[in-house]
Amino acid sequence: MWLITKLGWYRENRLSSLSRGGSFCVLSGTSGASVGQGTCPLVPEKDLERVICLKSEILRIREEALRELSELDRPEALQELKVKVLGKKGSLTAMLRQMGSLSPEERPIMGQVVNEVRSQLEQAWEKRSAELERIALEQRLATERIDITLPGIRVPRGHYHPLTQVIEEIEDIFLGMGFQIAEGPEIESDYYNFEALNLPKEHPAREMQDSFYITEEILLRTQTSPVQIRTMEKLHPQLPVKIIAPGKVYRNDDDATHSPMFHQVEGLVVDRGIRMSDLKGILLNFSREMFGESREIRLRPSFFPFTEPSAEVDVSCMLCGGSGCRLCKGTGWIEILGSGMVHPKVLEMGGYNPQEVTGFAFGMGVERIAMLKFGIEDMRLLFDNDLRFLQQF
Amino acid sequence: MKVSLEWLNQLVDIDQSAEELAETLTRGGIEVEDVENLNKGFEKVVIGEIISLTKHPDADRLLVCVVNVGQEEITIVTGAQNLLNGDRIPVALVGATLPNDLSIRKSKLRGVVSQGMLCSREELLLDDTVGLDRSADGILILPSTAPIGENFGHYLGREDSVLDLELYPNRPDCLAMVNVAREVASLTRKKPHLPKWAEPDQVLSLPIASDLRIVIEDNDLCWRYAGLVVEDVHIEPSPEWMQRRLKAAGVRPINNIVDITNYVMLEMGQPLHAFDRDKIEGDVHVRPAYPGEQLVTLDGVERTLHKDALLIADDRQALGLAGVMGGLNSEVTKDTRRLMIEAAHFAPVSIRRTSRRLGLRSEASNRFEKGINAYGIAASLGRVCDLLQDLKAGRPVSFVDEIKNLPTRRQVILSTEHTSTVLGIELGVSEIQQVIEDLNFEYKESDGLFQVEIPTYRSDLEIEEDLMEEVARLIGYDRIPTTLPQGDQTQGRRTPEQEFRRRLRKTFTQSGMDEVMTYTFTRAESDAQWGSAKHSIPLLNPLREELGVMRTTLIPGLLDVAARNVARRNMDVSIFEIGNTYWGDEHPLQKLPREELRAAGVAVGKSERHWLEQPVSYDFYYLKGILEGLALEFGLKLEYRVAESQSLLHPGRSADIYVQNQYVGFLGEIHPSLGKEWGLDRAVVFELELAPLFARIRQTVRAHSIPRFPAIQRDMALVVAVETSAEAVMAKMKKLGGDLLQQVEIFDVYTGNPIPAGYKSLAFSLRYQSLERTLTDEEVNLLNSRILEGIQQEFGAERRK
Repeated sequence: MWLITKLGWYRENRLSSLSRGGSFCVLSGTSGASVGQGTCPLVPEKDLERVICLKSEILRIREEALRELSELDRPEALQELKVKVLGKKGSLTAMLRQMGSLSPEERPIMGQVVNEVRSQLEQAWEKRSAELERIALEQRLATERIDITLPGIRVPRGHYHPLTQVIEEIEDIFLGMGFQIAEGPEIESDYYNFEALNLPKEHPAREMQDSFYITEEILLRTQTSPVQIRTMEKLHPQLPVKIIAPGKVYRNDDDATHSPMFHQVEGLVVDRGIRMSDLKGILLNFSREMFGESREIRLRPSFFPFTEPSAEVDVSCMLCGGSGCRLCKGTGWIEILGSGMVHPKVLEMGGYNPQEVTGFAFGMGVERIAMLKFGIEDMRLLFDNDLRFLQQF
Repeated sequence: MKVSLEWLNQLVDIDQSAEELAETLTRGGIEVEDVENLNKGFEKVVIGEIISLTKHPDADRLLVCVVNVGQEEITIVTGAQNLLNGDRIPVALVGATLPNDLSIRKSKLRGVVSQGMLCSREELLLDDTVGLDRSADGILILPSTAPIGENFGHYLGREDSVLDLELYPNRPDCLAMVNVAREVASLTRKKPHLPKWAEPDQVLSLPIASDLRIVIEDNDLCWRYAGLVVEDVHIEPSPEWMQRRLKAAGVRPINNIVDITNYVMLEMGQPLHAFDRDKIEGDVHVRPAYPGEQLVTLDGVERTLHKDALLIADDRQALGLAGVMGGLNSEVTKDTRRLMIEAAHFAPVSIRRTSRRLGLRSEASNRFEKGINAYGIAASLGRVCDLLQDLKAGRPVSFVDEIKNLPTRRQVILSTEHTSTVLGIELGVSEIQQVIEDLNFEYKESDGLFQVEIPTYRSDLEIEEDLMEEVARLIGYDRIPTTLPQGDQTQGRRTPEQEFRRRLRKTFTQSGMDEVMTYTFTRAESDAQWGSAKHSIPLLNPLREELGVMRTTLIPGLLDVAARNVARRNMDVSIFEIGNTYWGDEHPLQKLPREELRAAGVAVGKSERHWLEQPVSYDFYYLKGILEGLALEFGLKLEYRVAESQSLLHPGRSADIYVQNQYVGFLGEIHPSLGKEWGLDRAVVFELELAPLFARIRQTVRAHSIPRFPAIQRDMALVVAVETSAEAVMAKMKKLGGDLLQQVEIFDVYTGNPIPAGYKSLAFSLRYQSLERTLTDEEVNLLNSRILEGIQQEFGAERRK
């Protein structure tokens, strides 16, 4: 390509095409070698020489700058180079100043050339700068490697006692079925603990529970059942009564499966037309929530002085699913609670008329459920409070 | 109650295996706790005869025996020295597992093959009633009549299973074989075949004894007393079948007379006692003991009797403790010629008290305590008569029967409709009728209403609901469907106080404390130390002496837990408990005590080492920080005041805690001398009463908008005397700073070089902010220096350079 061709373009004053295509190879080429000679009818020869000279200088500056740019490795050097070439006292800017010696026809075209180069260099800078940043980032990332297997900062985390967890879970299940939570005193009168529950003095069933006495009439409650009476007394004649009563109870017994202090959750529902099948329905719901969706329950006849008929409730074994294992002693069933229809005498003691209402009640041992749920073998561990034990929960 | 299947099978047809029957009974409401196979361990033990005995070729102490075990002859090597040719002995064959769990395998002893083992009594867990005397120091040697090749268990009469019934207190009737048979018959729809005496109303056709008078002195304690007079008594061991059944039931055979009384007790449920008739002088009295009265009981112990112990006595002296144990003076001996056999009713309460007091529990006292059927007394003596004659043990000649009181016979109405409603099962009249017939109860029916005659042996059936249970258990509880209550819907919700306790637990665990649960009864001394001896409630019968009182404070329980953990090298202890304390206002208690809910915590040691952070030391400020978090959570303002008279806590490191001027608890390091006692170094504790806190918690949050104008921060470091409380300085700053001083925080406390001794440096960060405008540096500087001056004057503080 001949420069003169370009000057012809200039003559046609189509400046924008200067930057287009590869034909302006003097500027877009990689060296000044393609600057040819020839004659231009409009430009005197000496001017053409100067133009060519200036242009090759601009090209040189460009080539130099691009080379330096590619050799740079620090972002700061990038800025220094920019100042050196494009700054007020930069080499390219100096070229602009030399343009005063050009003819008025040449000046705009040279100015254009300089600007083209400037813009090209700026682009190159941008690119190089991004590249350097990327390199720098890569280097940073490479050096900032940590051992991700080291433990993190410790945020203190305490543990709920397993019995608290089980009690709250039971509470939540029954709250979801519309039960309220009732409470009663742990130190209880003989009346509420026994007599009002159809266990008169000297009733042989009192022997099922070895009580801690404070006086002849006051004892540590042996069951949460007295809350049944207290709740009915408080609520009657309101219907329905629908409560659970969790709490501590006490019996004079201490071995791997008995603790002198333990926890029960009592349940009581009194309303018109309550059936034993309702008891079964509520307890089936509970068992599935507590022990898993696929659990089944079965009722077995039993005896409690304050319920009639009475039933022991077994749940299908949560370990083997009912096929028989060590946990269920091969039976497929695990006894989890006692229950029954509230004895008419107990309803009467609570202020309700057994001709009008019926009810069901149930009671479960929280420790037993916790032991089943967590696979705890010895009940005493629950009250030994060894942190190595408690911190598992 | 131990039920021999062999015996039971005589009273009712059984077509189930022992295990199946156990399941049937359990599902029917008679829980079978255990099924014992009496032949267990004897399955591969047979009777053999020694054919030859030779010395082992390579061992001086061993013998090689050839034994005939019926089908074959086998070789067995033994070390026993008590054997003779021709001896009959039990042989454990290869594959046997003996009662003592020893497994028998084929083995070689010094080159000679041994195909089994000759057994000793010990290996078979037998006592010396089996075998010849020569058995004592080696192999059990049987009489020469023992049939060769027979299974040894069969030879001993052990081919039986025993069901162990766990009876509820409402079913004392099942302490009698005849009633267990009735129960099995009802549950399996079979007809029982019981002795005629199983009908309680049977009468004895014997003359009334003219020379024996019964005097019942208290009609409440004894409703009925019958005595059977027996002559020509001949004492000898009872027959093998009777002994076997007694043993299966867990009763030791003694002689024919005692064994008959025990046998009838097991069969009919009526305890009996045999007196030597010739030792009774005058009338038989049933009366309470006189003050200080003494009796030597059958076990040879001389007992001083409590005044409410019920006695059987003659005109001179006590002859026995009614229902509990006979007296030595009227015991049946080998010389006894005439008997009086007693069948009586005694009040359960009385028997229970006496047997408890003396620690004498027996099959008889157990039945009296649970309640016997007073109607069946004469019939049980009728059964005794039969057995006396069968065994040729004596000749019944006459009897007396003094009746003071009998419970009323009961009829119960059972409605088909009501039963269907209560059980939630649709039941027809015929189904209920079938159940009542299976129970073998008399009844009349009209319109679905059953009028049921309750037999006298079923004392537990009193009301309609009792019969409903009979219906349910006979048709099977599995027939009950699952439904849900049909009434009004209710909303389940915790009360605010229940929710407070739940959130409190959460606050503590989120602060890193572990929840513990301790016994609410504790040592009296520790409770008195930390709580109130005046209010603590002692238990009459504590589990152990050191668990003697109900706690008035949670601290000792927590210190115990902390000490136990430290002793086990758990060095990072930060624990809390939320639980009741119990406050009696008088002694002994007249009314129920106050139950006061508290929260308490103990921390000792420090958090575990960590590669990145310094461990947290569990000190005063650690627990205080947790309580401050709690205060924030509940919108409470806790005030800490220097503890007034706390001898239990470090005087320089303890605080009383107040809420709105009400004392609610304390916080502090335990006193070094106490720490030593508990084995805890620098433990910190707190205890809070929860009721006053709950009463003051923030109910709702009112949000403030975020200030629009920037805040200006100034730091101020001051040197003050060490006694000066940081809180006092901050309070003064706030007072001086007015509304514009939005916040004062302390960010550094320093003592030591270059601060002179007796002084400390406190560094505060003060934040100034106006809600209305942007503050200028000048006005903040002015305010800041006014505060500084004020503090300098008030506390003699110096600005730290």
